[in-house]
Amino acid sequence: MSDARREETLGGFVVHGVPFPVETDPDALAFLKRMTPIQIEQQYSITYLHSYGQDSPWFAGASNKKLLASREPDSGYTYATPRGHDMYTGRETEWIDVTDRKATVHAFTVCYFGSEEFLPDTPFVLALIEYEGVNTLFLTRLIGLDHTQASLEWIGREVQPRFLRNSKLKPTDVYFVPA
Amino acid sequence: MRPVYALSGGVSKFAKARPDKTFQAIVKEAYDYAIADIGIDFPTFTRAVDGSVASYFSDHFSRQLMAGIMAQDYLGLVPKPSHRVEGGGATGGLCFQEAWKSIASGHMDVCAAYGFETMSHVETWKGNEFIALASDVSWDYPVGGFYSGYYAMMVTRHMKEYGTTVEQMAAVSVKNHLNAYHNPYAQKRNRYTIDDVRNSPMVAWPLTRLDICVMSDGAAAVIFASEEGVERLEAAGAEIPRPLVQVTGIGRGTDAMRMSDRPHVDYETFMQDYATDQERATEETRDHYRALWERGTRYPGVHSFRAGRTAGNMAYKHAGITDPLAELDFVELHDAYTSSELQTYEDLGLCRYGEGGAFAASGKAFMPGIDYGLDLTSDPVCPVNPSGGLIACGHPVGATGLMQGVFAIWQLQNTIGKHFGDETLQVADARRGAIHSHAGTGTYVTVSILEREGNR
Repeated sequence: MSDARREETLGGFVVHGVPFPVETDPDALAFLKRMTPIQIEQQYSITYLHSYGQDSPWFAGASNKKLLASREPDSGYTYATPRGHDMYTGRETEWIDVTDRKATVHAFTVCYFGSEEFLPDTPFVLALIEYEGVNTLFLTRLIGLDHTQASLEWIGREVQPRFLRNSKLKPTDVYFVPA
Repeated sequence: MRPVYALSGGVSKFAKARPDKTFQAIVKEAYDYAIADIGIDFPTFTRAVDGSVASYFSDHFSRQLMAGIMAQDYLGLVPKPSHRVEGGGATGGLCFQEAWKSIASGHMDVCAAYGFETMSHVETWKGNEFIALASDVSWDYPVGGFYSGYYAMMVTRHMKEYGTTVEQMAAVSVKNHLNAYHNPYAQKRNRYTIDDVRNSPMVAWPLTRLDICVMSDGAAAVIFASEEGVERLEAAGAEIPRPLVQVTGIGRGTDAMRMSDRPHVDYETFMQDYATDQERATEETRDHYRALWERGTRYPGVHSFRAGRTAGNMAYKHAGITDPLAELDFVELHDAYTSSELQTYEDLGLCRYGEGGAFAASGKAFMPGIDYGLDLTSDPVCPVNPSGGLIACGHPVGATGLMQGVFAIWQLQNTIGKHFGDETLQVADARRGAIHSHAGTGTYVTVSILEREGNR
C-alpha cells in the first residue's frame, strides 16, 4: 500500500457552534468522556530587539567586507567565531582582521530540509570553515558547489569569503565560495 | 552520599500527537503507572512522597510558561517542594539526576521525577525552528539553524577522519527500529533494511529520515527513594520487588555551546584529560591514538562529544566501572541520530575513538535472539538501546531521559515481559546498565549507572 499523503496544514474555516448534547442528562454527560478533543489555533509572534553586545564590531566589519576574529593577546589563541573573553585565561580578547587568511572546509552538510524560516533556502550547504592560524571554526553557508555532488572530498577544499553588498547585519553577511 | 534506589517508573505511549489529553494528564498516565507498579494507591503515595522534580525542554511548544507547576498541581503534589530542570535534549537525564540528588543528599526520602513534552502543537518545521533556537541565535541559528544539519556536519568529519560509512550508521537504524518492534511504548515499530534507510528522503547529507529520531508527545516518571523511603512506602502498603535497583553512579559533562568553538587538543592532552583508564593502560591503545593524531585527528573537534566522555568517565568512576563494555549489561543512550549513537559508543568507551563505525556494524550492540537481516560479524556483547532508543521510541524531549531510566529499571527488575507483554527485549540476567542523555551537539550530557542491589 502506498504511503503517499497530502501535506497537512493549519488554517481553514472559522466554525461557529460546537456539537453538544441538547440536554445534560446523566447519559449525555457520560457521553462527554467519549468526545474527541477540541483543537484551536493560537497565533503567536513577537519582534525582539536583539543586541550583538560585545560581538557587534564583527557585524560592522562584515558590513564593510572585513572578516574579524578575536585573539587572546598573550597566548595568541584565536577564535574564528568571536568571543569577548578567552575561555582559558578569562582575559578580554582583541580584534584581528582575518579577511585574507587561507580558509578551508573543515566539515559540511547539504540541508534538504530545515527550520521553517530556512525552508525556502533548501537545499543549501552548511559548512564549518578553518582559517589558517586560527584555533576555532566558523559556521557559514557555502555557495557555488553542486549539492547533488556532495562528497567527503569537499573537506579540506580551499574556499574564500564573499560579502553581501547589502548587509543584513547577520552572520550570513559573509559566505564562502570555492577559491 | 547515601544509597539511592529507583523503585519504579511509568511511560505514556509516545505518539506523534496526543490531542486527547493536555500535558498534565499525559504526565499523570506515566506517574499513575509508576505508583501502581509498587502496589500503592494514589492518596497513599501522595502522603508518602516528599517532593518532585519536573522536566520539560521548551516553553515554546506548549506556549505555556510554568508548565512544571501545572503538572505538579494536576498530580496533587502541591504544596510539596518541586523545581523544573531544563538542559536541551538532556533535560530528562538532568531531571533523573536531580531527583537522585534530592535523595542522596538527605533532602528527601521519596522523590518523584516526571518529564514531558508535547511537540505536536506546532507543525514539524516550526518545531525544528524552536529546537534550533537552542543554538546560538547570534551566530549559529541565522546561518540555517537546523540540528540535523549540525549533526550531519559532525558526522562528515567523523567519516573523513575515521572512514565511517553511511551503511554503518544505517545498521544502527535497522537495530533500533527492529528492537522497538517488540516495545509497545515505541512510536515507530518497523523492520527496515540498510537500503530502506539509505533510500529514505535525504534530510541533511548524509543523514536520511530514517537516521533521525522523530518529534513526539509523551511523558515519563520515575520514583526514587532512600532506604528510609523504601521502609516508609512499605509501611504504607507498597510492594517493592527485591533486589532493589540502585543508582550507583552519576556523571555529567558540558561543552562549548557553539561547536565551532570546541578545542582541538594534542595527543598528550587527550591522554591526560580525556582518555579512560582502560585506554591509558595498554600500549596497543596508546599506539592506536598516536596513529590517529599522526593522521591529523585532534580532540574533540566536531567529531566527538567531550561532554559525553566526561560524563561517562565520571559515572564509571563513581560506580567502580573500569571496563564498560564488559561490565555493563546494556546501555540506553541518546540516539537522536544514528551518527550520534555511533559517536557515543566511542565517548562511553564501548570502543575506541575511530572505531565507532565498525563497532556499530559488528553486532556487539545488538540484542541476541533477534534476526536483524544483517550480516553481523560478532555476537552481542552489550545491547545498546534494546528499547529502540529515540530513533524508534520517539523523543518527547523532557521525558526522554526518564524513559531511559524506566526501561533500565524494568531491565534490572527482569520485568520487561510484564511491562511490554513480550520477553524479547529482556536482557538476560541484566545486573548493571547505563543511561545516557545528551543535549544539542553535546552541550550537556548525563550518564547514570543503575544496578541490581548486591550486584558487587
